[in-house]
Amino acid sequence: MHFLKYGLLLTAIFSTVVGKAQGDVAALIQKVGAKIERVNNYTAEGKMKTNVAFLKVPESVVKIYFKKPNRLKIKNEKGISFVPKGAVGINLSNIINGAKYTALDAGMDKIGNTVVRVVKLLPVDDNADIVLSTVYIDEANLVIKKAKTTTRENGSYQLEMTYGIYTAYGLPDKIIFTFNTKEYKLPKGITFDFDDGTAAKKTIPQGLNKNQGQAEITFDSYIINKGVSDALF
Amino acid sequence: MWNLLQIELFKISKRPRTYIAFAAIAAIVFIFQFAFKADGQSYMNLMLQSVKDSFEFERTKAINGYFMCYIILNTLLVQLPILVALIAADSISGEANMGTLRLLITKPISRTQLILVKFAAATIFTILLLLWMAITSLFFSLLIFGADDMLIFRSKGEESQILLISQDDVMWRYLAAFAYATVALTVIAALSLFLSIFADNSIGPIIATVCIVLVCTIISNINVPIIDKNVRPFLFTSYLVGWKGFFYIATTDEGVPIKGSVENWPAIRNSLSILLLHIGVLLGASVFIFRKKDILS
Amino acid sequence: MSAIIRVSHLSKQFKDTKAVDDLSFTVNEGDVYGFLGQNGAGKSTTIRMLLSLIAPSGGDIVIFEKKLHTHRSEILRQVGAVIEKPDLYKYLSAYDNLSIFAKMSDIKVTRELLMRQLEMVGLADRAKGKVETFSQGMKQRLGIAVALVHNPALIILDEPTNGLDPQGIADIRNLILRLSREMGKTVLISSHLLSEIELIANRMIILHKGKKMVEGTVAELLDPAHSLIQLETTNDAAAKEKLSHSNWADALQQGNPIRLLMNKQAVPQLISDLVGLEVSVLSVNSSHSLENYFLSLTTQSGHVEPFAN
Repeated sequence: MHFLKYGLLLTAIFSTVVGKAQGDVAALIQKVGAKIERVNNYTAEGKMKTNVAFLKVPESVVKIYFKKPNRLKIKNEKGISFVPKGAVGINLSNIINGAKYTALDAGMDKIGNTVVRVVKLLPVDDNADIVLSTVYIDEANLVIKKAKTTTRENGSYQLEMTYGIYTAYGLPDKIIFTFNTKEYKLPKGITFDFDDGTAAKKTIPQGLNKNQGQAEITFDSYIINKGVSDALF
Repeated sequence: MWNLLQIELFKISKRPRTYIAFAAIAAIVFIFQFAFKADGQSYMNLMLQSVKDSFEFERTKAINGYFMCYIILNTLLVQLPILVALIAADSISGEANMGTLRLLITKPISRTQLILVKFAAATIFTILLLLWMAITSLFFSLLIFGADDMLIFRSKGEESQILLISQDDVMWRYLAAFAYATVALTVIAALSLFLSIFADNSIGPIIATVCIVLVCTIISNINVPIIDKNVRPFLFTSYLVGWKGFFYIATTDEGVPIKGSVENWPAIRNSLSILLLHIGVLLGASVFIFRKKDILS
Repeated sequence: MSAIIRVSHLSKQFKDTKAVDDLSFTVNEGDVYGFLGQNGAGKSTTIRMLLSLIAPSGGDIVIFEKKLHTHRSEILRQVGAVIEKPDLYKYLSAYDNLSIFAKMSDIKVTRELLMRQLEMVGLADRAKGKVETFSQGMKQRLGIAVALVHNPALIILDEPTNGLDPQGIADIRNLILRLSREMGKTVLISSHLLSEIELIANRMIILHKGKKMVEGTVAELLDPAHSLIQLETTNDAAAKEKLSHSNWADALQQGNPIRLLMNKQAVPQLISDLVGLEVSVLSVNSSHSLENYFLSLTTQSGHVEPFAN
């Protein structure tokens, strides 16, 4: 139930769309999927920065645990972190259980200096929560650089990934997750607050609106396929 | 003066009513701790109602000693004036009621001295009350719930915020908050003392103090712009919760809390000065009126 | 003999009532000075003014040759008082009460001193007992111990025998006599009972409706031969002025109308002297003896006209 699972969702999508897409797009997705499949589990260390208008939290040092097919946990050993829930969770099981997607080649684009192929994934089921996913694939390295998802109920999500030394495993060095959140409202009458007469400082992240938030994880290291205890999840 | 203060404190210490306040605090604090130990999650869910679907966090860690103390202070500091009034409102009126006031006045101590000593004793009582609160609500909570980062749920104007203060940045804030609360409650002590000059029994001034605090608190929290602008700044009750200012950590433009910072020092300083001004005016008025008062009790 | 208390033209106005009106009197060193008057005569108000509990509306109070207004603490250090009921801290022991008030009097407080004091009033065995368990008499005795603990030169007792049984009254009386005779204290004691004042005071004053009726030695005032003679003249002010410079000055009482405390047999002499002083007398009235007069004040409520024609 985690935003990184959004990445897992993509994995799942990839496995389901294989064979349905037009030739080279299908092959591409299959290759990317196969790469992701190589990671059975990992333990990673990193830093998480949460950027949400109402949430004033410091950067935290976190440990991330993953186990195939879709278990993932972010832990803050020293303190408390707010981890945005991925909208993915809503129908992840549907996808895994074989929801059908149609993959469409939407041409080429550029993220930074990298040329990427844009693939649009359309669910076959008209009632699925996900209306449309767009993934940007770095064909040279066979990794997903960016993914956008529009849902019926929960607005749009976006994942941006930067790769480094773990490119071979399709694991990013940095993920920026942009998500929708409701405005935070304290239940009325619960506190007598100290009103200093000034307005709240607006700290809406750049390029976002007040109902959007961002979480940024920078990975320092991965320990891949060395086993992760089930007790951690 | 010191001699007189010792006598005053001795008298306070010998009265059963003094201990009611300490027992009441202990009882309330322990009930809080018990309730949160048993079902703190419900409270968290309530506070996070609107965003609980968007985020996940370690709730058990969030209900820690620091958080508990904040919750308890938030609730109790509204009731604490009653406990302070219980002793401070008795200062002069209690002596008048017992008939000991006339004996006190015939001793070679000035009435100014008497008021100042009564005020000092009430202040010391207030400090002890807060110290007891610190022990029960902070240190006992830390023992029971442990220490971790502290969450502050705050509404500011039209917005609500969740602040996170890392655990190594909390303790000094509590020290400052308790010091601030001492000043805030000393205003209540000064008000009670002032009212106690006019009465021959302590019930009147206790009720009067509580009523004044209650009415002003309600007005302070009406949240109507016309009152917020024109009335609220002039009510001392608006500043009683100023201790929270120490927990409103300043943030960078990206919304990241800055360790060791406070968002609005001037507001705290301003509130503190207003409270101190109240103490000065009330104490001055008490001395002025009491010096002229005919003791007929 | 020096004056310990000198009160001149003292008055106190409470809203509509004049509780004390132009009162002057003197208490000399070593006096047991009786303050007599019915309830509401102004005794307590005067005593409270002497103790700085109430601020006078007018007049002067000088105690130990110092103005009370400016030397309050200095004076009160040498004054011990019991005002009306001897109210003390009920939740404290006799010892603690005594200790508290002793410390407030700027003296060195030792256990010996306190125990000696409790011994004197017969409460040594109840030193640790809480005052709330004491009888009225015990409280009164403790009140007196509190008043005396700092060895004051002047003792002011406002109705000290109120609410006591006959034995209690006798105990207090004996204590006051001892304080005066053996220890040379000056005592001012108020009472609404002439019989009580008569037994212990050497000088006294009678107050009525805030005004002084008479002041003098008890022996003189209670001499059955003495009467209060009231004069009505064509010009009272001038007549008073002339009398105050005549042989009748000592007999002349303060206030209006003109009153003289004198032997009734001397009235013809007075009238003849008045003629000599060129005072035109309209009427001369004689009241009954002072004792009867005071009784008439205290047994009838309120509006007694002492010199009804």
